[in-house]
Amino acid sequence: MKFEIDYKTIESVAGPLVVVGKIRNAKYNEVVRIKLQNGESRLGQVLETSDKYAVVQVFGPTDGINVDATSVSFLGETFMVGVSEEMLGRVFNGQGRPRDSAAAVTSEDKRDINGSPINPTARQKPSDFLETGISAIDGLDTLVRGQKLPIFSASGLPHNQLTAQITRQANVKDSSEGFAIVFAGIGITYDDATYFIDEFRKTGALKRTVAFINLADDPSIERILTPRLALSTAEYLAYDQGMHVLVILNDMTNYAEALRELSSAREEVPGRRGYPGYMYTDLASIYERAGIVKGKKGSITQLNVVTMPSDDVTHPIPDLTGYITEGQIYLSRDLVNKGIYPPIQPLGSLSRLMNNGIGQGKTREDHSNVANQLYSAYASAQDAKSLSAIVGAEALSESDKRYLKFGDDFEARFIGQGFYERRTIEETLEIGWELLSMLPEGELTRIKKEYLQKYYGKGRAKK
Amino acid sequence: MGIIEKISGPLVVADGMLGTRMYDVVKVGNLGLIGEIIQLKGDKAVLQVYEDTTGISPGEPVQSTNTPLTAELGPGVLGNVYDGIQRPLEVIRAKTGAFIGRGITADALDKKKKWKFTAENAVKNGAEVKPGEIIGYVQETEHLKHYIMVPNGIEGKISGLKSGTFTVEETIAKVEKGSKSTALTLAQRRPVRRSSPFKRKFRSDEPLVTGQRVLDTFFPVAKGGNAAVPGPFGAGKTVIQQQIAKFADADIVVYVGCGERGNEMTDVLAEFPELIDPKTKRPLMERTVLVANTSNMPVAAREASIYTGITIAEYFRDMGYSVAIMADSTSRWAEAMREISARLEEMPGEEGYPAYLPKRLAEYYERSGKVESLNGRMGSVTIIGAVSPAGGDLSEPVSQGTLRVVKAFWSLDKALADSRHFPSVNWLSSYSLYLDALDGWYAKNMGEDFVRNRQAAMKLLQREAELKDIVQLVGADALPDSEKIVLEIGKMIREAFLRQNAYDEIDTYTSLKKQGIMLGAILHFKARAEEALSEQIEADKITQMKVREEISRLKEVKEAEIEGEEKKVREKIDGEFKALLKEYQAAVEEEKGEVEKA
Repeated sequence: MKFEIDYKTIESVAGPLVVVGKIRNAKYNEVVRIKLQNGESRLGQVLETSDKYAVVQVFGPTDGINVDATSVSFLGETFMVGVSEEMLGRVFNGQGRPRDSAAAVTSEDKRDINGSPINPTARQKPSDFLETGISAIDGLDTLVRGQKLPIFSASGLPHNQLTAQITRQANVKDSSEGFAIVFAGIGITYDDATYFIDEFRKTGALKRTVAFINLADDPSIERILTPRLALSTAEYLAYDQGMHVLVILNDMTNYAEALRELSSAREEVPGRRGYPGYMYTDLASIYERAGIVKGKKGSITQLNVVTMPSDDVTHPIPDLTGYITEGQIYLSRDLVNKGIYPPIQPLGSLSRLMNNGIGQGKTREDHSNVANQLYSAYASAQDAKSLSAIVGAEALSESDKRYLKFGDDFEARFIGQGFYERRTIEETLEIGWELLSMLPEGELTRIKKEYLQKYYGKGRAKK
Repeated sequence: MGIIEKISGPLVVADGMLGTRMYDVVKVGNLGLIGEIIQLKGDKAVLQVYEDTTGISPGEPVQSTNTPLTAELGPGVLGNVYDGIQRPLEVIRAKTGAFIGRGITADALDKKKKWKFTAENAVKNGAEVKPGEIIGYVQETEHLKHYIMVPNGIEGKISGLKSGTFTVEETIAKVEKGSKSTALTLAQRRPVRRSSPFKRKFRSDEPLVTGQRVLDTFFPVAKGGNAAVPGPFGAGKTVIQQQIAKFADADIVVYVGCGERGNEMTDVLAEFPELIDPKTKRPLMERTVLVANTSNMPVAAREASIYTGITIAEYFRDMGYSVAIMADSTSRWAEAMREISARLEEMPGEEGYPAYLPKRLAEYYERSGKVESLNGRMGSVTIIGAVSPAGGDLSEPVSQGTLRVVKAFWSLDKALADSRHFPSVNWLSSYSLYLDALDGWYAKNMGEDFVRNRQAAMKLLQREAELKDIVQLVGADALPDSEKIVLEIGKMIREAFLRQNAYDEIDTYTSLKKQGIMLGAILHFKARAEEALSEQIEADKITQMKVREEISRLKEVKEAEIEGEEKKVREKIDGEFKALLKEYQAAVEEEKGEVEKA
């Protein structure tokens, strides 16, 4: 046991920051324990250290801290999370303490929550399919193991339902391989948290899930920890236990806002819209923890929810996210208004690694062709629609009318699916063919002849 | 030796540093993290540390190495993968595993490997040698002689020079001047932040051929020039940079992944050893040096990575090679500068960037150029820098600072990318100021037609854009026939020429010759179409012609077969137009006959 000295030398408290004086050798980034007069204790972390003082950010509220009687002890290590396989099926708070009533977890190992950057030469190229059971994702913007793909949503859109559904349904194709979900709720409301946990419980998804929940009224500084706890846990499950882990971070906008709050408390020079100049680097230190490491069995895939403030994709949070992640999935207000769930807008959505993870032996030989053709036909449907808005539906050519119909059916049947409906990739492709068969064979120029012969006109309905 | 006084992220203040110099490299703390002095105040020094400072505390020691940040250059640099301060990532991986550890020193060059050195016959022992002079070479790859040069700042009488096998540390010769004797080895060090001296700079008059049609034909960059590729995310910046790294006709390619995605570097690492250099038919990796400082690696090393890359490029330039360097992305470099500037509490300029940002950008791009090096050889460094403007808005400081210095601007367009038109280089807003200087080269090597065709095609594309605005209002049917043809040819140029699939085996690279043939065929069609119009043939007939498909399929034709195919396509164009004319004349005759009958 290390000898701990209590410093009763707090000089100032402002916002989430406490300045401790008369300390000569606090370590940068080390964890501190703050003991209040009433016996309560809170954790903090050294943000700046010198031979005269240390600036500490407190993970929790600063109320009750006083300068004369509160003591601070320096623990000599960085923020660690105890990890073990027992964490599966459990719900923790944003600081990693059990939130459910069950007993504390015996940890098998302790991990630094900040992790270490993966050596680029040690990365394995992501090339395997991860099935979410959602047609719009699996079919058109396929998620590949080791990828990081954000969901660009906005207030009022059903990203919570979508992530709950993915948590329930997601799987790797080979069921003999271990699969787990690490879910981090960052700054979500009590209501949403209850919804997630009830959903996970009800559907049995919880037993393969580790959930960290930081509530909207929890201290925002805690949000800096939550995604990192989740990722260190995921790294343990992936690289030590050999599981394929899908990490869902919901919602990174709340994280970035906490970062801004902290930056302004530190009186830093702001970058765009008050967000700190290092936000890109900071977000990268989270997103880049997705990947596959050579010689290890598991993988870490990330789905990050980003709610775009006022639906604006050029806002710094989605903008910087888009520059780091490997594609993006847009949710669309128009589709919601049409009553379509999940309202994933294929145009604009993109999975950069898709081509690595699909095709023969991974999904199906025709997948790439079908995806391209559906995308292009849906784009034509949109053109036909804007044309019909100008000239009226009657004046449209036969071909345009066909595309118009295709567009509606595509939205209703391919994009749209039930909240409890899990589609395999084969089912998704069959629906795709069924829809493409509405169009004349000659117009399906993005599909190879052999696949047309094999699949055209042979969708599920005709069986 | 100094003592740490304060730590804030990558910035450390140390006391007792009197006698150290600005930009000297220091070892920080008990772990010996690598850092650099960036400010001196009395006996205090401010250091930027290239590694994560977690766990370091005040009171720990700081040791100056008394040398500035340097790159170690010599046989073994080629084919290597370095981090931002030139530590080989494979060596780091061998030491600390898949995750990067801290406080690791790793030599940039393999110190054990023996190289076969051939001394230059013309350099006689006892002769005077000057900086930059070539004293011999190592045949590093089958196609590349790695010339060994007298390091900058060293001159005098050479002795003991002989051929043999040496490691990079063994003495290959001595240079004496007065009482000072310097041992030369196969390797030398150069400070990264200073541009390397040369005799003269020349205007560049030869293009860097990239095999990318929209770039080579319409917006070429000269060897020794510089180009910027700005674009929002998803516009395809990285693909364009990688395509150039793969296919540019440079002797050496330096690829700097500065603050970008880890998986992208994996792509390069997985692909490049497999790909074949079209020029030498050897694996691409043999002419490539990678500097990979991904977004989650320490930010100060990201700031340095750009300089490390360009210093390696200049070194090969001095041997007389043409070098191309990609920097993906300079915006992340600027952000690293901003982060460090903010921690120094400097007064910020625009958007929090330091006021010296434009100067740093200009200094960097000025390190490009076609030069006569100190030894008289002609070499070049071409810089291609990606810019990632926030929200795709080019009014931000990094884009603006870059646009003031670069002469080729490849504007990537989100709308084009969304409609899956790649490369999404917007042909209306992009420009190359090298066109005039390069026209002579194109005319001489590709024929006068090449230049004329390019000008005609560009004019047509501009006309097409104007017409499209009108069509939006009145519909295409309201246009006269001549303008309908403009629309058709414009579409043809866009679809059959500008659009290029980087993932298609054949389409991924197009030689200049094939580019000329493809554009020539389209313009041949245009000429025939205009003739036909003057013969009263309707535009709607022309826009339905079957041969259009053959023209657009020229991109699928292999380089070796393109000439034969060109002939066929041109004949087909002529044939179909003749048939069209015949059909029309027959119809006219028939009509005439009917009128006469009546």
